[in-house]
Amino acid sequence: MMHAQLRSHIIRLLNTDMRLDGRKLTEYRQPITVEYGAIRTAEGSARVKIGETEVLVGIKVEIGEPYPDNPDEGTIIVGAELLPLSNPDFELGPPSIQAVELARVVDRGIRESKAVNFKKLCIKAGEKVWLILIDICPMNDAGNLFDAASLAALAALKDARFPAVENDKIDYKKKTDQKLPLERYPLAITVCKIGDKFIVDPDTEEEKAIDARLTVASTEDGHLCALQKGEDFPLTINEISQMIDIGMEKAKELRKFL
Amino acid sequence: MTYKQRIDNRGFDETRPIEAKVGVIPRADGSAYFKIGNTVAFAAVYGPRNLHPKFLQDPTKGILRCNYNMMPFSSSGERVRPGGSRRSKEISLVTVKALLPVLDLQEYPNSVVDVFIELPQTEAGSRCAGICAASMALADAGLLMKDLVAAVSVGRVDDKIVVDLDYNEESYPGVPVADIPIAMMPSSGKVTLLQMDGEVTKEMLMEALEKGKKALMDIYEVQRKALKEKYHGVDE
Repeated sequence: MMHAQLRSHIIRLLNTDMRLDGRKLTEYRQPITVEYGAIRTAEGSARVKIGETEVLVGIKVEIGEPYPDNPDEGTIIVGAELLPLSNPDFELGPPSIQAVELARVVDRGIRESKAVNFKKLCIKAGEKVWLILIDICPMNDAGNLFDAASLAALAALKDARFPAVENDKIDYKKKTDQKLPLERYPLAITVCKIGDKFIVDPDTEEEKAIDARLTVASTEDGHLCALQKGEDFPLTINEISQMIDIGMEKAKELRKFL
Repeated sequence: MTYKQRIDNRGFDETRPIEAKVGVIPRADGSAYFKIGNTVAFAAVYGPRNLHPKFLQDPTKGILRCNYNMMPFSSSGERVRPGGSRRSKEISLVTVKALLPVLDLQEYPNSVVDVFIELPQTEAGSRCAGICAASMALADAGLLMKDLVAAVSVGRVDDKIVVDLDYNEESYPGVPVADIPIAMMPSSGKVTLLQMDGEVTKEMLMEALEKGKKALMDIYEVQRKALKEKYHGVDE
């Protein structure tokens, strides 16, 4: 629930190109940091901070059976839990609808851009493939979990190394120096509409005032790979066009932190 | 054969290296980080806040809830399935009992203090690390407390009592092994958590409690220092 006065204050400020914390409309909070290999027990990991928002992503790999329709491909599985440690409004229990949306948006950005070459995750066609299990854990949710999670997931994929395999079994204690087949760098940027204005990287207060949002995932060669429109208000085609431009521009900026 | 030298060359009474910090989760009312060896615990405190559903409320005092959770990538083996296990439920329960004796929740009827403990990386001793972090987070939240709670696991490997077992010692092959997690209120020396699995004589258990107590005084100092650190530069 949003306090009506706070909302009108945010909108008044936005109309003068200002935000509550003094940022410009399409400016991210600072500092933005990416820490690789934050977790020793994971095969790959990254801790990303955007301002006070902090997200931890860890990757475990397992050997499993391929899907019958893609017998020579491994796959990724993205999970997210909105830990009640990270936000007073999050509750314990099975993944909420918000957690599922977060996981699926990050999943689609990676999957649809073909960032991970699934064919190279095949060990024996029809029998054994690598499964890449990517888990998103927010540590402090001060707004914009989507973009922080997307950046952290990509950084963790970059950090990951296969463990050793002996007699078809994984020896998790032994890491190899073999990287995952990561061939593109898709990043998701969420552009938010409040009143008539577009902003990126909303903080906790701004998030409550958002009318509509569009998460735009794009690769370094300028291709769109996933979109997700959220919140209650509709968008015109012209607005969508502007939001995509902002999203692709900002993806270039964030990619530099990798 | 006896256990003569610890695998990582520590003294028998020596814990793994410890790091501690408070105020690590800005959105929480209190928070802390506690690292012992390769085991890392974060704790966040929310409350006292309104308790729902209403039938859980106690009109005479506030209640304490703790939740211990291992992150999916926190084990060196396979992925840990999210959503809690019988083990994590039991640890959550004994964590509440370990912390309650230092708290005074009389002033907060119908309210709850929530403590969320998250383990991003584990290698033995995770429930004790969680309790250490939780007690620091409660203090950081400014709750009225009689004392902190410090916790450590003491064990037996063959004929030796060893402080702060690591993973290799927990599963030492071919000799009797026991794992004894202990939590204590350092000022009074009273025990608030005691579990044991394995095989020991009563004499060994008493020795373990004495050695544990010594180690816990050191851990207590680290906890206190971390809490003071937050106010470093503020005039006393």
